Amino acid sequence: MLLHDTALVFGRYARQTLRSKFQILFGILMPLLYLLFFGPLLTGLPLGSAGDSWQVLVPGLLLQLGLFGASFAGFAIIIDKSTGVVERMRVTPVSRLALLLGRVLRDALLFMFQAVLLVLAAVAMGLRAPLPGVLIGFAFVGLLTVSLASLSYALAMKVGTPQEFGPVINSLTMPSMLLSGLMLPMTLGPGWLDVLSHLTPFRYLVDAVRDAYVGSYATAHMLYGVLVSLGFAAVSVTVGTRVFRRAGA
Amino acid sequence: MSIISTAGLARTFITKAGPVEAVRSIDMTVAAGEIVGLLGPNGAGKTTTLRMLTTLLAPTGGAATVAGCDLLADPAGVRKKCGYVAQSGGVDPHISVREELVTQGRLYRLGKAAAASRAAELAAGLGLSELLDRKTATLSGGQRRRLDIAMGLTHRPAVLFLDEPTTGLDPGSRTDLWELVRRLRDTYGTTVVLTTHYLDEADALADRLVVVDGGLVVAEGTPAALKTRYAGSPDASLQAAFLAITGRAPAPADAAPVAV
Repeated sequence: MLLHDTALVFGRYARQTLRSKFQILFGILMPLLYLLFFGPLLTGLPLGSAGDSWQVLVPGLLLQLGLFGASFAGFAIIIDKSTGVVERMRVTPVSRLALLLGRVLRDALLFMFQAVLLVLAAVAMGLRAPLPGVLIGFAFVGLLTVSLASLSYALAMKVGTPQEFGPVINSLTMPSMLLSGLMLPMTLGPGWLDVLSHLTPFRYLVDAVRDAYVGSYATAHMLYGVLVSLGFAAVSVTVGTRVFRRAGA
Repeated sequence: MSIISTAGLARTFITKAGPVEAVRSIDMTVAAGEIVGLLGPNGAGKTTTLRMLTTLLAPTGGAATVAGCDLLADPAGVRKKCGYVAQSGGVDPHISVREELVTQGRLYRLGKAAAASRAAELAAGLGLSELLDRKTATLSGGQRRRLDIAMGLTHRPAVLFLDEPTTGLDPGSRTDLWELVRRLRDTYGTTVVLTTHYLDEADALADRLVVVDGGLVVAEGTPAALKTRYAGSPDASLQAAFLAITGRAPAPADAAPVAV
């Protein structure tokens, strides 16, 4: 029944997304701008990491796509709350987990599609990376999206207005981006920054995807990346489901 | 035979200023097939009561059974047997009437064909057939409200809860909606519990009224009985009876509910 309910909720929101070409394409704009206007600045610079500058930058941009896109996913549920759609769905017998998963899986598919577009653009700019590594990168984007979208929806169920939601998300995503080494490897910075960076889960994902993009799969970075991704997803989905389940949330 | 029964149903909200008892203790029964109006001044606890009975809010005290299911032990059972139409409706403005109705049927576990057929049947019954392929955003207020009610009926619930069903509608649409509610009860035997601020609506539509104030039931009975008892005559206005019961006039329908 969970599968049936999840598929139903996913279908509803997937059709909603397909009706909005603007949403599908506009989300990729920021990482694309970084790729076009920031990427060329890095070519030839010693980045202290294996592979060329594209193999360092593109994994970061992929995770940036997930970080910013999925973190703001909750805006949609604030709109649904204001139109009564959330309550209408919560009085049906549909599983509370499915109400969350259907939305989150739609987000994961959307951001993975945008990730494919981003990688294709990067290839045109000069990226060369092994196909298995690229596919691993997509899997990490998917998992990151599931985690962050779950937390975003949970927060959005708790707050009353977009005016409350936006600043909270901004104050979380910006330091996360800076500390995770999305733009440049944190090993370039001072030791204290590198240590601080390891306190954010995103750092482990970035390191793992960068390894994947240079064809290094059996590494400590990859192991930590997988463990942190799965653990973060498990915690986030649990939190999200609890909020959806709780009456009156 | 009662289809809704509550005993000491209560809800306290914990706020920064301290606990707020939105509903202190509601004891009421509703018989199968009745149309019951829940009346009360603003902040009386009507919407909170409705939200508890539809499982949207967990009670902090008391007990209730709805359509044979224990509200606390079997909320999923309550959801299967009840329909709820919120004041804000609950349709996506960018989706067609047909898609909303079919998806709603699917959410109540109807198969694809059954959901499509139920959508067509409801649309025919509620005068929405010509509008099935229109986006819900293009509907008038009355059409939109009929769609909201159709959404609440897709699984043929035993009990339909309506929260302020005619707020914002013109007089013609309001009387159409009253007729629709009566038809639902007469055709399907649906029990209807509604909240309203319009006393003429409560008088014309409800078999029985439950007046709530300060989170308690302060009076109940048929409109005629309440008017006789509190205003001296069955021909008196319900407004006079309401004032005698609560000491206040009902709040305007578009006023924001207070912390409920």
